[in-house]
Amino acid sequence: MLSMLMRRSALGLITVWLVSIIIFIGVEILPGDACTAFLEREAQGLLLENCRRDLGLDRPAWMRYGEWAANALSGNLGVSPDGQRQISELVGYRLRNTLLLASGAILCGIPLALFLGIVAALWRDRPFDIIVSTTAIAAMTIPEFVSATLLILIFSVWLGWVPGIVLTSSNAPLAEFFPEVLLPIAVLTLVMTAHILRTVRSSVIETLASDYAQMALLKGVPYWQMVFRHVLPNALLPTINVVALTIAWLLGGVVVIETVFNYPGLGRMMIDSISDRDLPVTQAIALIIASVYVGVNLLADLLTMVANPRLRTAHLRGK
Amino acid sequence: MAVTSTYRRAGPVQRFWSVIKDICSRPSGAIGLALVFSHVALALIGPFIVPYDYTTMNAAQMLSQPSAAHWLGTDHLGRDTLTRTLLGGREAILVTGIATPLAVLWGGLVGVFFGLVGGRVDDVLMRIVDAFLSLPWILKMLVLIVTFGTGIEVLIPTLAFFYGIPVIRIARAATHDVVARDFVQAARARGHGRFTIIWQELLPNVRDALLVEGAMRWSWMLLAFSSLSFLGFGVSPPTPDWGLMIADARGFMSFSPWGVIAPMIGLSSLIIGINLSADALAKALGIDRAQKAPV
Repeated sequence: MLSMLMRRSALGLITVWLVSIIIFIGVEILPGDACTAFLEREAQGLLLENCRRDLGLDRPAWMRYGEWAANALSGNLGVSPDGQRQISELVGYRLRNTLLLASGAILCGIPLALFLGIVAALWRDRPFDIIVSTTAIAAMTIPEFVSATLLILIFSVWLGWVPGIVLTSSNAPLAEFFPEVLLPIAVLTLVMTAHILRTVRSSVIETLASDYAQMALLKGVPYWQMVFRHVLPNALLPTINVVALTIAWLLGGVVVIETVFNYPGLGRMMIDSISDRDLPVTQAIALIIASVYVGVNLLADLLTMVANPRLRTAHLRGK
Repeated sequence: MAVTSTYRRAGPVQRFWSVIKDICSRPSGAIGLALVFSHVALALIGPFIVPYDYTTMNAAQMLSQPSAAHWLGTDHLGRDTLTRTLLGGREAILVTGIATPLAVLWGGLVGVFFGLVGGRVDDVLMRIVDAFLSLPWILKMLVLIVTFGTGIEVLIPTLAFFYGIPVIRIARAATHDVVARDFVQAARARGHGRFTIIWQELLPNVRDALLVEGAMRWSWMLLAFSSLSFLGFGVSPPTPDWGLMIADARGFMSFSPWGVIAPMIGLSSLIIGINLSADALAKALGIDRAQKAPV
């Protein structure tokens, strides 16, 4: 078991390392560099050469990669060329805002998905299940910017309940984001719930049909006890991985949603930084998102291992 | 003496029609297929049936409400919303319709090849695939689009490249299921080369899995394409496109909601149609499609 944990963690680290190389190469192929972005029209001749020498851009790529990676490991993400400010400071607020959005969606979405998924599975093919499943498919397949625009149209333009656009600046205290943040959270929750719910539903249905669930019923275990003691613990195990995948997706999907709502989060900053060729910021955000993705997936694998008795005791059976 | 048998293997044409029949026998599959076909048909004949020219602007008719002349009203430049909605899927269908087969082709071939070869090379490749998958799709695509521009000639290879990467995984997993079977061993024992084995033994057996995967990729690619358009990195104006139309009309939602509702219906109906068809196709081909989050 321990060796398995180590192996998975090592694979995760290797993935992050590969990601950092891909990011570095990707940003290398972007036309222009920090100096052409900073100097804009005056980016020529001596001025450009001096700037490149100051920032160390005249050194070979592998040296710059080594320095960047070493700094990133110690939490130093570099300096933004325009404001001469620490990137970690710039990114920090944005990350906090995105985490507010994500945690809101996770806190609402996971319990909601579990509840709806289990109920839909127990009432399979009844009207409730059909309504929930159809809505889930629609929410999963329709692009986020469409569902976001639809919710703005209904709840902001027509009903006037919540603001449809976020006007708070990125470094404002968290309390100021309410009630503006509610609609973006609702969109994220909608999509997340749909993904998780589908897995919960099919997993519960599968487990209900299993031999041991039928056996429990036949030997006289009451229905609800069978559901709670025999079915749910087994059925919910595979959903850990889907929850992880969905959280990881959330970090990418949040880009579009943040743009729709003008929300000052990491995703919108990423789009702005790519358009502005603000390369150090792009690299930093990409690295953060990829690390979270790998980390969440790793955590899910570990949780599944810890929770699954068959994997936990695999070494006893000489596997 | 010649051996005669009443058994005849179904030809590709027969098999195609039986799969189509199977899809249509399910209500969701029939609806999905109908939606996809009408969208493709509309993309082909659209320019001949629309009431107006999609670029004709009319300053006197800006953001007008639905009327007999303009059934869905007009946009902020006085262009007919119905016309632009009917034409709004052409670019998306063209780009994704070319990029999807390309993605499945390259991802499938690479996946099958490394699934067959296995060993250390395979391990390294899978790590690289994992690394690519852990980056948000929009970041990967924007880097290439910002570098090379936003035309079709950039979008098609970009989408095909990035959406082929997850196909590698599917093809590799499907190959692993087949590679240990007797007929592959027999082909090896006969002394066939790698490429003959891939072509004659492996590809026919992973084809169904790849078809289903391709159908799903198509819907995700469409989602990516319209999101890029919405963000201003896809189709360039004045070409009508649903994503771009929604982005443009968003600011005027309170005066003319049809400007966003019409393209939303167009885009959603196509994507839902593809998803329903893909699910029905998976059932018809007997592929158990595991739950996956979009990449």
